[in-house]
Amino acid sequence: MQFREDILRLDPEAEIAAMTAGIRETVVKTLHRKGAVVSVSGGIDSALCAAVCTQALGKENVLALFSPERDSSPDSLRLGRLLAEKLGIPSHTEDIAPILEAAGCYKYQRDAVRMVFPEYGEGWKFKITLPSIIEGDRLNVSRLTALTPSGEARSERMSAQAYLQLVAATNFKQRTRKMLDYFHADRMNFAVCGTPNRLEYDQGFFVKGGDGLADFKPIAHLYKTQVFQLARALGVPREICDRTPTTDTFSLPQTQEEFYFALPYAQMDLCLYGLNHGVPAAEVAPVIGLTPEQVERVYRDIDVKRRTTRTLHLPALLMKDVREISEMKTAVVGKTKRG
Amino acid sequence: MKHEEVSTKVHQFIRKNFLFDDTAQLGDDQSLLGSGVVDSTGILELISFLEETCRVKFEDSDLVADNFDSINKISAFIMTKLPPGKDGDHAVT
Repeated sequence: MQFREDILRLDPEAEIAAMTAGIRETVVKTLHRKGAVVSVSGGIDSALCAAVCTQALGKENVLALFSPERDSSPDSLRLGRLLAEKLGIPSHTEDIAPILEAAGCYKYQRDAVRMVFPEYGEGWKFKITLPSIIEGDRLNVSRLTALTPSGEARSERMSAQAYLQLVAATNFKQRTRKMLDYFHADRMNFAVCGTPNRLEYDQGFFVKGGDGLADFKPIAHLYKTQVFQLARALGVPREICDRTPTTDTFSLPQTQEEFYFALPYAQMDLCLYGLNHGVPAAEVAPVIGLTPEQVERVYRDIDVKRRTTRTLHLPALLMKDVREISEMKTAVVGKTKRG
Repeated sequence: MKHEEVSTKVHQFIRKNFLFDDTAQLGDDQSLLGSGVVDSTGILELISFLEETCRVKFEDSDLVADNFDSINKISAFIMTKLPPGKDGDHAVT
């Protein structure tokens, strides 16, 4: 098939039917749960997950959980509520800022930022950014970009120590949300729905034990473009469908390509598809408006990220096999895949 | 500081911090990034190590894969950042 811009276009009815059947089978028959908890962020991925779970399991069997914190955009909660209202599903709000404060998240973040900007304090905002690999064969060296209270923009390269501590402290947010997902899932006898799309799942753009942890991940096979297509087909509010994806993690607004992906999602999707299907860079390039050299760099970046994040996908590793359990796990996974 | 000295220090640093195995192969021309020996966190550690040990300061434009992809490339690039000294050495200031 010739590589085209719309190569990822799905038959929405057929895909939604397959997904809803798969969710029912997985949640009810394999996991033996009555419904699903979906952590709703106000973004498109969790919106599609909530919508498709609602279609599969029924309105009363999906809980939308909102968990804002100090750095969340007010839009996130507003859009989450808009979605729950549109779908007609119950929702619950957990303000996780006090938990994060008590755990030291904000303090450890502040200490890490001060390794780069010693004068950092009240009124500053920050985010982590990566250089564009489109402009050159740049190394993925993270920078801390900050806005001072007077509005001055500053940007410095991060040391390994500052970067690791800032990421580790920030990961409290995703892990705290997951703890609350499981609290509500346990009390309602529900399963926890994970919300990564294919780009995030493939490229390791998740926190192990945080947003990477779930009982099932219904959209992990979908490219982001397909997520948008299906969300529109399922009637997700237009404001959510039209919103630029963000990480909503740091105090300064941050796009996903600034933090992790090399390109905006539509181009990134096509590069990932091209790489997965052996499409030469020279064939992908004119379709997405890049040069073949730039697409080659994106292909290399995808390979590197896939390789360096592979351990995030692994379960806890045993020193010796426990045959009875590994055979049972193999049987369950095989049954799910066949279904 | 000579090319060989830089090369030895980088070799030792990579073996100790990224390979965790004294017997693993580590060639001077081996691709560190392509082979996955040095990942995105590793590159931050390597940059900090080089700036501290060799007393150089990298500009953003220096941080391209071609300057850091092997021990030989790193050593050659460091030599270009050091001021020339006597007897073919480069001074570490």
